[in-house]
Amino acid sequence: MNILVALPIAIPVAAAAAALLVHLRLRLQRILSVGAVAGATAAAALLLVHVERSGTAVVSVGGWEPPVGIVLVADLFSALLLLVAMITVLAVLVFALGQLERAVEERYFHPLYLVLTVGVSASFLTGDLFNLFVAFEVMLIASYVLLTLTGRSEQVRPAMTYVVVSLLSSTLFITGIALVYAATGTVNMADLGQRLADVPGALRAGLAALFLVVFGIKAAIFPLFFWLPDSYPTAPAAVTAVFAGLLTKIGVYAIIRTQTVVFGSSDGGADTLILFLAGATMLVGVLGAIAQDDVKRILSFHIVSQIGYMVFGLGLFSVAGLAATTVFIIHHMPVKTSLFLVGGIVEKVTGTGALTRLGGMVHRIPMTAGLFMVPALSLAGLPPFSGFYGKLGLVQAGIQQQRFLVVAVSLLVSVLTLFSMAKIWTGVFWGDVDQPEVAAAPAKPGRTVPRLMTTATVGLVGVTVVIALAAEPLFQLSRRAAADLIQPGGYIEAVLGAAR
Amino acid sequence: MTSLILETGTRAVFHTILVFSVFLLFAGHNAPGGGFIGGLVAGAALVLRFVAYGSQDAARTVRARPETVLGAGVFAAAASAIAPWFAGGQLLESRLWALTLPLLGTIKATSVLVFDVGVYFVVVGLVLAVLVTLGGELDS
Repeated sequence: MNILVALPIAIPVAAAAAALLVHLRLRLQRILSVGAVAGATAAAALLLVHVERSGTAVVSVGGWEPPVGIVLVADLFSALLLLVAMITVLAVLVFALGQLERAVEERYFHPLYLVLTVGVSASFLTGDLFNLFVAFEVMLIASYVLLTLTGRSEQVRPAMTYVVVSLLSSTLFITGIALVYAATGTVNMADLGQRLADVPGALRAGLAALFLVVFGIKAAIFPLFFWLPDSYPTAPAAVTAVFAGLLTKIGVYAIIRTQTVVFGSSDGGADTLILFLAGATMLVGVLGAIAQDDVKRILSFHIVSQIGYMVFGLGLFSVAGLAATTVFIIHHMPVKTSLFLVGGIVEKVTGTGALTRLGGMVHRIPMTAGLFMVPALSLAGLPPFSGFYGKLGLVQAGIQQQRFLVVAVSLLVSVLTLFSMAKIWTGVFWGDVDQPEVAAAPAKPGRTVPRLMTTATVGLVGVTVVIALAAEPLFQLSRRAAADLIQPGGYIEAVLGAAR
Repeated sequence: MTSLILETGTRAVFHTILVFSVFLLFAGHNAPGGGFIGGLVAGAALVLRFVAYGSQDAARTVRARPETVLGAGVFAAAASAIAPWFAGGQLLESRLWALTLPLLGTIKATSVLVFDVGVYFVVVGLVLAVLVTLGGELDS
């Protein structure tokens, strides 16, 4: 059933084309895009089951065998992340149907969103570096337009930063690929995993560092995160939510994939460097969040801080660390996205996201308050919620390998995250609804929340609860995925073995 | 501003350029050319009309809307990627047929041509979209 590997890419491509063809009929576009994303999600679920049962699935596109031809590869790690990403994409799409104004939606939202979906699934499924670049570009080009969808000047200015930074990172990326090709003569990741072993150590370390910078920009790692809190909050809530949940995480996925399968495990102190970056990313992100006064801006800084945790697990270069990172990414995608969705609902109801002008929302939209509570506590890592398990795994792995400093930083950052979530809670939901500031807020808005927005948020919060309940089997899967990353022999064999 | 020389010159070469772009499209599978180049040449022909007659004319020349041209192109390319799987092959797999026709001699046709035609339409659609949206201001 190797077609399953290609379906999460093929379905949205075809649907994006069809949505362009019927661009004058919004209803049909909506049916197309929801259908396509749901189809891609179903394919991703089947793919995960398939990979779990019978191991890494490989498709040689066009019938050309690797390492010459292009391959799509789904191992346990990418299949797991792909499924969660597709669920998140689906939830945000449903939310967007309720949130976006008709005029904005008609401005090619659906074709663009589907192209973004293509980029996301292609990034997870590609088996060679050059196509990873292509997938990133597909995703970025759609994201440039989505970010400026309403075309207001306060969106265009920060979006310029985003475009320039992304272009710079893409240039470095393509340069890196050229250097890798010059050194080894291949861009197939599995093939690289073997051939880079023959490359001189210094050159290999330099290439690894270059890719760390490239993906570090995409993933918003310290000190390359500055563009993120500036550009994300200005887009429509649904767009910010999907960017926040997915795009940086794909950067992290690329870091993990290249640093394990391609460049092999740690040597020459790379692990200490990565752990330092992880700690700094966590700390700077959370401190930035505390200084902010707007719901979306606070949440944007938290993206940075949480990326630190994911990199932390990678820096340990152990099965336990990478397994915890996998669980953490899986938890983070729906949690972060649902927080932004709640922020979107608050904005829809009140017309603002500024903490000082909000208050008493627990009386006006009690259900939304509840919906905020679950992912917020989960983000801070409190026990019954999904964030706890990932963090617990990270801390345990860190202590096992005696990396006490970064463990201490991560615990401190957890406390600060809780503080910052409490700040949103008291600012937005608690207090009196009749504060003069609220009355003065420019209430252009619908008093009630569109049902689709609530449905999507409830669904996504439900997913985070399921992740928490299924923590044990999830950990087992992640441990297997991590073992495959640490010992990439199976991956390499699956890809190159297809040639025989 | 209208220029008689430019308008007459455009009328003289427009169709020749389009025929040349189709030639490039078909030549593409084993000679210089292809969907992208062909599309660019066709796009250049449209730009020439745009310069000579204004943006409304470019939109009138291609009756379909830019979105439709673009969408049809992407759809053709996607279909040519998926279709081989239904025929029992790999995704994007291609086939080559050689036909011997009277008068014309041997003609080779590949299934990649569908993909190339898709690319051609995408490029033309993009040029059209640029002319209609960005160029619309120039008329007034």
